[in-house]
Amino acid sequence: MSQKNLKEYWQKNIRIVLILLSVWFLVSYVLSIFIVDVLNSFSIGGAKLGFWFAQQGSIYVFIVLIFYYVQYMNKLDKKYDVHE
Amino acid sequence: MSVQIWTFIIVGLSFAIYIGIAFWSRAGSTKDFYVAGRGVHPIVNGMATAADWMSAASFISMAGLISFMGYDGSVYLMGWTGGYVLLALLLAPYLRKFGKFTVPDFIGDRYYSNIARTVAIIAAIVVSFTYVAGQMRGVGVVFARFLEVPINTGVYIGMAIVFIYAVIGGMKGITYTQVAQYCVLIFAYMVPAIFISLTLTGNVIPQFGLLGTESSSGTFLLQKLDMLQRDLGFHEYTTGTKPMIDVFAITFALMVGTAGLPHVIVRFFTVPKVSDARKSAGWALLFIAILYTTAPAIAAFARTNLINTVSEKNYTEMPQWFKSWEGTGLIKFEDKNSDGKIQYVANKDANELNIDADIMVLANPEIANLPPWVIALVAAGGLAAALSTAAGLLLVISTSISHDLIKKQLKPSITEKQELMWARIGAVFAVIVAGYFGINPPGFVAATVALAFGFAAASFFPAIILGIFDKRMNKEGAITGMVVGLILMFFYMSVYKLGWFVEAIPPASEWWFDISPEGFGTVAMFVNLIISLVVSRLTSPPPIEVQQIVEDIRIPRGAGSAQSH
Repeated sequence: MSQKNLKEYWQKNIRIVLILLSVWFLVSYVLSIFIVDVLNSFSIGGAKLGFWFAQQGSIYVFIVLIFYYVQYMNKLDKKYDVHE
Repeated sequence: MSVQIWTFIIVGLSFAIYIGIAFWSRAGSTKDFYVAGRGVHPIVNGMATAADWMSAASFISMAGLISFMGYDGSVYLMGWTGGYVLLALLLAPYLRKFGKFTVPDFIGDRYYSNIARTVAIIAAIVVSFTYVAGQMRGVGVVFARFLEVPINTGVYIGMAIVFIYAVIGGMKGITYTQVAQYCVLIFAYMVPAIFISLTLTGNVIPQFGLLGTESSSGTFLLQKLDMLQRDLGFHEYTTGTKPMIDVFAITFALMVGTAGLPHVIVRFFTVPKVSDARKSAGWALLFIAILYTTAPAIAAFARTNLINTVSEKNYTEMPQWFKSWEGTGLIKFEDKNSDGKIQYVANKDANELNIDADIMVLANPEIANLPPWVIALVAAGGLAAALSTAAGLLLVISTSISHDLIKKQLKPSITEKQELMWARIGAVFAVIVAGYFGINPPGFVAATVALAFGFAAASFFPAIILGIFDKRMNKEGAITGMVVGLILMFFYMSVYKLGWFVEAIPPASEWWFDISPEGFGTVAMFVNLIISLVVSRLTSPPPIEVQQIVEDIRIPRGAGSAQSH
């Protein structure tokens, strides 16, 4: 693969990683810790929303994040012809 | 049939399966021994990683801790799952592409230095030993309670079992036993959780039961629990008492610590392709999440059940489980006002009941009046969790000795057969040392988790991340960073957690930036990161070949050829 393509592939990889890490940071640190009290004035079922994000919600989001990344990267690998 | 007989049957049966698998999949080469021949399917690897990762602490202690901590317990839930996002996005695929056997291998080659390799070996051994000692102790405790043998005998039994499959099977044996252990432990965790959720909230799925209403009163479970807690003077269950900065620091330290734990990282070396490494991180988290999203439900159920059962009730009317756990010393009742009733309140002077967090999961089936076979199943699950983690850690220690130390540094001329022999000797040595610490637990076993995660966060994580994402990072930067990170973490743990070098453990008010020793890995990690970056920019860039390695691990193609030696 040419140098230019490699650079492009790597930049796209970095970009998606940064986007997904922002979501990771948002659900676990922002929603579940920094503004948990604000979120706690809402509720999901019988649980306060901030509490729910801290104990269950963020974990569900983590799973979705990883599987989205897997699928995105598999496509990207094929597009730049670097797949195995 | 009695609980005792059921326990013998179920625990015996599960052990027979593990040993059978170990013989069936025994290692014939170093490649089998270190990375299971690199032929593990990502879903199978995900399951094995989940069992490897979930220790006695996850299975036995975590729900209990959350039960007493309420919202503050979230640090464990998010910390020990969020690390997998980092693993999948930042580490696993690149380390797999790099294609060697161990973490010190990566550090040693990427930083073209045997000093870096040696620092990594020391960190790997320190992390693994502090962690494995706690596991062996956990095995002993579970045996002691359920087979009614002394704790030391329990540790010997555990040593014998781990010895068989870690020494004979290596990574290959461990991988397939861990799959069996995952099935045992998750089944054992879910069965009582489902039963209790059903009786308490009428909901079959515990995850939803947590959000539901309590059947008997019709109010929301968590609101009811907040009310019970308030009435007894405890903090509200759904809000915490820890300072926000500490909650943040602990969660972050557990996440980066998870991503830096050598026994978890090596699991990603065992899959055939780079894309499989990404995938198996996802599967691992999915399998882990089944337990981790159930744990907060169990915690809330157990807390509600406990308060309803004991608060203001006559001591003489306590159910059988209360008496049998009193016998182990994990429940203590002292009738301070001699009214014959149990006052369980937040006020230390008036409180008459002390409960060890560890019994919440183990006693749950008894508290909920479940049949004896469920109680036996939970014992088998706890053992599976402890043994699978112990085996994974022992493998890291044995590989560090045979591969990273002897083959790579002391005696590169040894044949593959000799190296395999050294790997087995290393495993034997590691089992004996782990067993010794299990029988004579040093003071730091209680602090084990914080120590192991703090060290992994402070040492490996920055070195690996920078090794992949910063082409300019050189050996001077990485070595200084790791050494400073480790020393800083060691110093803070020694003084603020273990009370070494000082007259007494300083109170929480003296913590740096309000951060507890459990969360200090975050600080040490950032210090390592900054020092590495600064030092690397002041010294010469890494050689061209090394920069080429970095370019190469960034693309997935060619992982096959990279693994040859």
